Amino acid sequence: MRNRRRRVIVGLVLLATAVAVVAPFIGMERIAPSEVLRPAPDSVEPAIFWQIRVPRVATAFVAGAVLAVCGMAFQAMFRNPLATPFTLGVSSGASLGAAIYVRLGVYFSVFGIGGASVAAFVGALAAMATVYGLTRARGGFSSTTLLLAGVAMSFFFSSLILAIQYTASLHDSFRLIRWMMGGLAMVGYGSLLNILPFALPGIAILAFMTQELNLIATGEDLAASRGVDVARTKQVLFFAVSLAVGGVVAICGPIGFVGMMAPHMCRLMIGEDHRALFPATLLFGGAFLTLCDAVGRTVAAPAEVPVGVITALIGGPFFLWLLFRRGDIGLG
Amino acid sequence: MSDLAFDVAGLSVRIGGKPILREITFALGAGRSLAIIGPNGAGKSTLLKSLGRIGIRAEGRIDVFGRPQHQYAQRALARCVSYVPQADGRTAPFTAFEFVLMARYPHLGAFAHLTHEDERIAREAMARAGVAEFATRRLDTLSGGERQKVYVAAALAQEARAILLDEPTTFLDYRHQAEILQLVRSVQSEAGLTVLTVMHDLNHGALKSDHVLALRSGTAAFWGTPGELLEGGRLEEVYDTSFDVISHPETGDPIVVPARGFV
Repeated sequence: MRNRRRRVIVGLVLLATAVAVVAPFIGMERIAPSEVLRPAPDSVEPAIFWQIRVPRVATAFVAGAVLAVCGMAFQAMFRNPLATPFTLGVSSGASLGAAIYVRLGVYFSVFGIGGASVAAFVGALAAMATVYGLTRARGGFSSTTLLLAGVAMSFFFSSLILAIQYTASLHDSFRLIRWMMGGLAMVGYGSLLNILPFALPGIAILAFMTQELNLIATGEDLAASRGVDVARTKQVLFFAVSLAVGGVVAICGPIGFVGMMAPHMCRLMIGEDHRALFPATLLFGGAFLTLCDAVGRTVAAPAEVPVGVITALIGGPFFLWLLFRRGDIGLG
Repeated sequence: MSDLAFDVAGLSVRIGGKPILREITFALGAGRSLAIIGPNGAGKSTLLKSLGRIGIRAEGRIDVFGRPQHQYAQRALARCVSYVPQADGRTAPFTAFEFVLMARYPHLGAFAHLTHEDERIAREAMARAGVAEFATRRLDTLSGGERQKVYVAAALAQEARAILLDEPTTFLDYRHQAEILQLVRSVQSEAGLTVLTVMHDLNHGALKSDHVLALRSGTAAFWGTPGELLEGGRLEEVYDTSFDVISHPETGDPIVVPARGFV
């Protein structure tokens, strides 16, 4: 068991490294390693590589990792394979926050962090607080009820976003649509620096709570009986997820599917123990989104397919195949 | 008296404004066993959970091993009180060993990792409960009886001085019922654990425990020994139906059977 875990983690580290190293060379214009290492005097390739591709790949990796581990955390907390920041309305809350920010046209920044990120975080936190309030109200609701509430909230937020879009100028409206598709086309080092202050603390908090996630996945009563302060732990987890997802959604838009698929893929490979599942999911999610983005840059070159479209196109059928092959996945 | 496991006075629980338990008072010595009985909806599980502060906060005084419950952090409380939930058929797909090992959580400091010592204790607890062979099996592939024994093993690995069991034998076949009852009784007598068990069927060991607490509509209807419970009409008061008490043909132990309307 332990050897198998080690093998899977080592395999994922190698995969993630390979993807991260190769991806910057791939795109509308393929760049040969020699062009970067020993550039010709007046070539543009090194600039494309260092100024566009590298920050883009780094952003994709961080975004994929964040969405995957947040999905993992939600699946454990709600003991439901469909629970993700996406299905519980956190992503759409973040989207709404960012959409309102764009529509209002008041551009501000806090300590160099863009206002869109802050607005998305506030939106994510508001959605999260609603879900959390529902888990507390009247002695709590079943996770099925919460999921339904999350879906309802998603639709509600989405129609608000549509309304905002409808009243926006043509320019803002186009920006919103492109952003809603989930894209990494416009990112640079600035975007990466905007994501990291949200993503890193969020991921770090989750990394320290893998044992609590294990226990909560066995049921809240059992977790409490084993010494987990369930209410406080859930507050911290909700906060960490809002922070990380808000930061990612503000820059990349609501990218779906990674959060649901990556943890399940890793569960099938490595089992349920979150102490091993967390690093596996982090690496797999990061590598998967980086790969999807690389594919999106090349399949229809010179045009680009938004990464959100690719994740669902690749991930959907693959996930279905996996489901029907195995018959069942965990946490049912 | 400082050797009381639980000293409870005026324990009340309201859930969503609705009173579930009212003014429960009892004291249970360390190392003794208590059966909590009563009809459906009497509040038995709620009482059990409130003693371990498991998703339920009760009003009133609850002293656990001589200290007010509210002075315990959840982890410290879990080092004193472990819990085996009602078998609801829902389990996370951990392996049995992973699940038992997790019960070592209350003994870890913040940010500390599980050690080989924890693994050794988990293995010992599994051997004690007779489930060592299931170590690498996923919980959701075990039968109800096997799984219940794994749950008891986890509670043992937690190394608490008191164990709360919520209907541990309901839904189990006869062999597993007997094995669980025997296991629980042996940990009480050998390890000196305090055992509190919610029971649906009086013949599942309630009449063998040191004390019986009967609940009815959220209040204590009876507190005493099993012998006192069987005296004049007390069972009838608790359950609102008539019983006959017969003797086991070999051991002579009392067995409670409903008087009418059955068989």
